[in-house]
Amino acid sequence: MKQWEQIREVMRRDRVFDFVAEKRYPFIQGLRSVKPGIVDVTKGPILYIENMSVSFDGFKAINDLTLYINSGELRCIIGPNGAGKTTMMDVITGKTKPDKGTVFFGQTMDLTQMNEYQIAQVGIGRKFQKPTVFPDHTVFENLELAMHADKTVWPTLVARLSGEQRDKIDEVLETVHLTSQQRLRAALLSHGQTQWLEIGMLLMQNPLLLLVDEPVAGMTQQETERTAELLTGLAGDHSVVVVEHDMDFVRSIARTVTVLHEGSVLAEGTMDEVQNDPRVIEVYLGE
Amino acid sequence: MQHNVKQPNNQQYNSIMARLFSSDRGGKLFLSLLAALAIVVPICNLLVPEGSAFHLSTYTVTLLGKYLSFALLAIALDLVWGYCGILSLGHGAFFALGGYAMGMYLMRQVGERGVYGNPLLPDFMVFLNWTELPWYWYGFDMFWFAMLMVMLVPGLLAFLFGWLAFRSRVTGVYLSIMTQALTYALMLAFFRNEMGFGGNNGLTDFKDILGFSLQDDRTRIGLFLASTITLALTYVVCRYIVTSKFGRVVVAIRDAEDRARFVGYKVESFKLWIFVFSAVLSGIAGALYVPQVGIINPGEFSPLNSIELVVWVAVGGRGTLYGAALGAGLVNYAKTYFTAAFPEVWLFALGALFIVVTIFLPKGIVGWVTKIRNRRNTPAASVESDT
Repeated sequence: MKQWEQIREVMRRDRVFDFVAEKRYPFIQGLRSVKPGIVDVTKGPILYIENMSVSFDGFKAINDLTLYINSGELRCIIGPNGAGKTTMMDVITGKTKPDKGTVFFGQTMDLTQMNEYQIAQVGIGRKFQKPTVFPDHTVFENLELAMHADKTVWPTLVARLSGEQRDKIDEVLETVHLTSQQRLRAALLSHGQTQWLEIGMLLMQNPLLLLVDEPVAGMTQQETERTAELLTGLAGDHSVVVVEHDMDFVRSIARTVTVLHEGSVLAEGTMDEVQNDPRVIEVYLGE
Repeated sequence: MQHNVKQPNNQQYNSIMARLFSSDRGGKLFLSLLAALAIVVPICNLLVPEGSAFHLSTYTVTLLGKYLSFALLAIALDLVWGYCGILSLGHGAFFALGGYAMGMYLMRQVGERGVYGNPLLPDFMVFLNWTELPWYWYGFDMFWFAMLMVMLVPGLLAFLFGWLAFRSRVTGVYLSIMTQALTYALMLAFFRNEMGFGGNNGLTDFKDILGFSLQDDRTRIGLFLASTITLALTYVVCRYIVTSKFGRVVVAIRDAEDRARFVGYKVESFKLWIFVFSAVLSGIAGALYVPQVGIINPGEFSPLNSIELVVWVAVGGRGTLYGAALGAGLVNYAKTYFTAAFPEVWLFALGALFIVVTIFLPKGIVGWVTKIRNRRNTPAASVESDT
């Protein structure tokens, strides 16, 4: 039975096969005019997500989502569990391909056509929900590895740190308050310090857009405040997208808040507007 | 008690040697040992008269040379397993391919001295009534060409295999099984007479290498020295790789592959190149092995060999390079002893060894020694961590 269904799936007539579609194999129908390395933000937004849908085994994690992030903006995204926040980040960073819709970085770069490492290299940095650093390397080495540089095989083999790069690492160490731990193996850092190290690694990449997934989970009050300071300081030079559950934290940093629910945007506005929106109240407080 | 503070190996070192060995005591010891062997062994074999207690028999020299080529193979595996986390259960295949390339050269050197006296065809081909040399045997009468193939054939196979596997993001146990299948398939292929590699007898009855008779003690010593020097050079090159930024990226991939990818590294390329380099080293190890033992047959492709190799590295200690070499030496010494004294016990001993090491010495002998030393250096801390 299952095989029969598979055959039917292949033989469907209402669908154009991937290899004919322009998107996957641009050389078939002429190259797209994507200028590599230049992120065009002249129209304002740095990230354009339009009509994006993602489903896993029939479950729609993202449903016709349209979202724009302006250049230099600090945007908070909130939403109940399963609203599609992490999936959205997966799509932006190339981990998951959308079923439908477009994701553009600047006006020219189609992120759905790029790999994780290419997306990272054009300037999108991501902090995971579960803090992930390189545990066997020192804090210093973690930052060195993340540093914006030629990351292909041969240059990496012969790479040596220049004084300038060393200064850059010191500067970031300062920013994330880890200067005195720089010789420590990252596995030995506390949870909060690991979060910061990961943020520091993002900064080393010179990203234009930072995607930060739950930066203050498991942090003490004091650490949370310092993180808020750090993130608001980054906005302006960078565009920052923060996904967070901690409402106090969101209130303390947010200028614009987007509420996601069941894979699409439910509301968008300042924290006060959003909190007084009856639909948002319903979603958060239950029926 | 873990040692908390790593050596500052991200400092800008004044010289490259300092970068390679400043925090590598084991490596310095290992290289000194090799140097000592390179001096003592030839003297004890060639200069010390046979009756003396210090005389080393040629058999022992050959045995040591064999261990050294195994040590080289173990270092190659450690590079991919210990540093990059790719558990290859088929590294024996690259070793055997290198060995076959060397064997083909040695076969062509036999010339008219074979049993059938055919100037061009090796004995087994005459025996199979072949009249022409297969195309892939051309060029193997030239030493440089054979040496090129020793590196190129395993390297190309690893490139092809790795390119397909890593690009499809095959990792962990699935990759291990695939490498195992690879070596098994090659074994079956090389068993076939039609392949033109001597079938299940393999290649043997070698006469000389570069004009020197393989039966001569001095040639044996020459091969032993070649093994020692190659091993030492390999160690230095591998050490350069693991202390470079490339080496740190590779360890980063082992520990947090996704993070490495999102930081902007093309993980597949890094895995591929370290895998290829490791395969080339394995091929060289095979080429050193064959003239010393005097035979190469499809048994070298057997999955069991590759698994034994993993045991050597596990016993010695992963991720240290010299630990792998140490493990190769120790386990093979034990094997030589056991298979002579109690032949039926060896496989059980090997299995037991692997279990013991996995449970009690997860970091191998090197890790165990380091732990003891750290405990001695910080007695107070160890009391705390024990209670």
